Amino acid sequence: MIEGILIGLTTALTLQNILMVMLGCFFGTIIGMLPGLGPMTAIALMIPITYGFDPATGLILMAGVYYGAVFGGSTSSILLNAPGVPGTVATSFDGYPMAQQGKAGKALAIAAWSSFAGGTLSAIYLLFMAPSLSKVSLSFRSPDYFALMILGLTAIAAFSSKGQFLKAMMMVVIGLMLASVGQDSLSDITRFTFNNMNLTDGISFVLVVMATFAMSEALTIILKRNDPTSAAKQVSLTELGSIKINKEERTKMYKTIPRSSVIGFLIGVLPGAGATIASFLAYGMERNIVTDEEKEKFGKGSVNGLSAPETANNAACSGSFVPMLTLGIPGSGTTAVMLGALLGFGVQPGPRLYMTNPEIFWSIIMSMYIGMVILLILNLPLIPYIARILAVPKNYLIPLILFFSITGIYVMSFNNFDIYLMIGIAVVATFMRLYDFPMPPLILAFVLGGLMEENLRRSLLLSNGSWEFLWDRTLTACILLTTILIVVWHIYKTMFKKTKAK
Amino acid sequence: MNINTTKVISLLFFIFSAFYLYTAYQIQVFAFDENAPFNARTFPIYLGYAGLFFSGLKLILPDPNTIKVQHKTLEYKKTVILIIIAIIYGATILKVGYFLTTSLFLFSSYYFLGERRWVLMFLLSFPFVAAFMYLLHGVLDIYLRDPFLKSIGVMG
Repeated sequence: MIEGILIGLTTALTLQNILMVMLGCFFGTIIGMLPGLGPMTAIALMIPITYGFDPATGLILMAGVYYGAVFGGSTSSILLNAPGVPGTVATSFDGYPMAQQGKAGKALAIAAWSSFAGGTLSAIYLLFMAPSLSKVSLSFRSPDYFALMILGLTAIAAFSSKGQFLKAMMMVVIGLMLASVGQDSLSDITRFTFNNMNLTDGISFVLVVMATFAMSEALTIILKRNDPTSAAKQVSLTELGSIKINKEERTKMYKTIPRSSVIGFLIGVLPGAGATIASFLAYGMERNIVTDEEKEKFGKGSVNGLSAPETANNAACSGSFVPMLTLGIPGSGTTAVMLGALLGFGVQPGPRLYMTNPEIFWSIIMSMYIGMVILLILNLPLIPYIARILAVPKNYLIPLILFFSITGIYVMSFNNFDIYLMIGIAVVATFMRLYDFPMPPLILAFVLGGLMEENLRRSLLLSNGSWEFLWDRTLTACILLTTILIVVWHIYKTMFKKTKAK
Repeated sequence: MNINTTKVISLLFFIFSAFYLYTAYQIQVFAFDENAPFNARTFPIYLGYAGLFFSGLKLILPDPNTIKVQHKTLEYKKTVILIIIAIIYGATILKVGYFLTTSLFLFSSYYFLGERRWVLMFLLSFPFVAAFMYLLHGVLDIYLRDPFLKSIGVMG
């Protein structure tokens, strides 16, 4: 391993590769900030450029773009409540309220430090645990994945506040229903398309996230313009606030970061799970761990609530490289794009990669450290400039949010239908927001929908239609038991609080 | 009589789930797949029942946290105008082109939201879109169809 680390360091520390990490982080941050243009788009745009380099340099550039875009995505989550990537949806739960309270600078600084710590810690885990972790992830079967998806969706109970559980579950079902539109992945049979060709490929994630977050947020701001509470929010939005993190906040982060980085990394390692589940689970776990007083702050600008998903999503980014590099199975949509690029270089990922191409395997891991340091150096001083977007008056900001959302969809498909569909979903989402129907469960369900169906299909086919697969394997049973415990705990807490109130 | 809107939304979702379930049963699967443990309609059928279950529960159970929305304070007029402008934008973007429609969309949105600083409105629409278009088209090499710019010879 020492030899591998030295090979990786030698490759990663060449002037060209350091420059690539810097460029990747910078462009990734800029592109990731634009709602609609997430890491997948950013990396896809980089692929033609990387073919001029050797595989290690190309992958280092793409890894830099990936980290930069994830951080950029959290910036737009915090400042505009418009997450460009699913992995930063949970960041907006507390990052955006913090920005509304005039602490945008602080929220961005917490996000930057948490991202740095999460990414760095997980790179250390990756260094020592990659070989054994690949064995663990190999042992996961379809029933375990299906159970994990159920657990991920139940985690919505963690962020749906008092009395919202059923509303959140309804939103989960809507998200899964939206994900079921289009061709069935195995048989290619079209479902719920009503003979409309535009729906054959299904509804794009970017469209749903732009409609339910960016667009409906913009419409809600206009709708509530004369609302006294909303007017107060607008005034505070023009205040940037300090980027300094005080001792009390640092203490909270010291506790949150290690546990969230472990969750993020472990979830990231599981093929298909990725940063989204990691950030939601870390958020949910953090909310259950903290004191009752701190719990009340969740959703209103909690330091723990912001630090946990930010740490976890960056940790998951590093973790998602494990199945990609060692198994050839992408851990997320973004690493799937990178996997395609790797094959384009003529490199076959798999368990033998770090024996046949050690310079690629280890230089990527080493470049992760360098990338994290560069991201921090790049983003912390730039926070005051990035946060100036808040000073833009609402009369300009709202049309610009709509513009970025519509452009994001338009450049993806060049299709009017997608724009109409986005406006339609945004109008419904705005109406539901008025009545406190939470949007994040819908997004999480939409992202997991396809994977969930795939794993349920495999499980049922293997068990010949029997539901015994849910308790046949210890791992599956344990995950489902955890899910049941979460639901029971939630019901108990709600009932206990009601009795206490009486 | 006071109608709880959350219950109305739940009822609408109940009806929607029933329709979804009906449509799920209508999905045509291959003959050899008809009796398989899992086919293209299995998951949607489960989802339909799940929708009926959760919305049904929401309808039946008492709602302790009734949300009261102050409709009088809501700015419906401007919101509807903005939605109409966005629909017109969507309808014209392919035929007219990205530059002109986007610039007009931004300019008219600023206007209807109450902005009257004409110079700033202009700068944040036409030149802003031109710069953004250059970034997408010129730097990032993302193709943007624009019949208007093509007709005046700006784009090839």
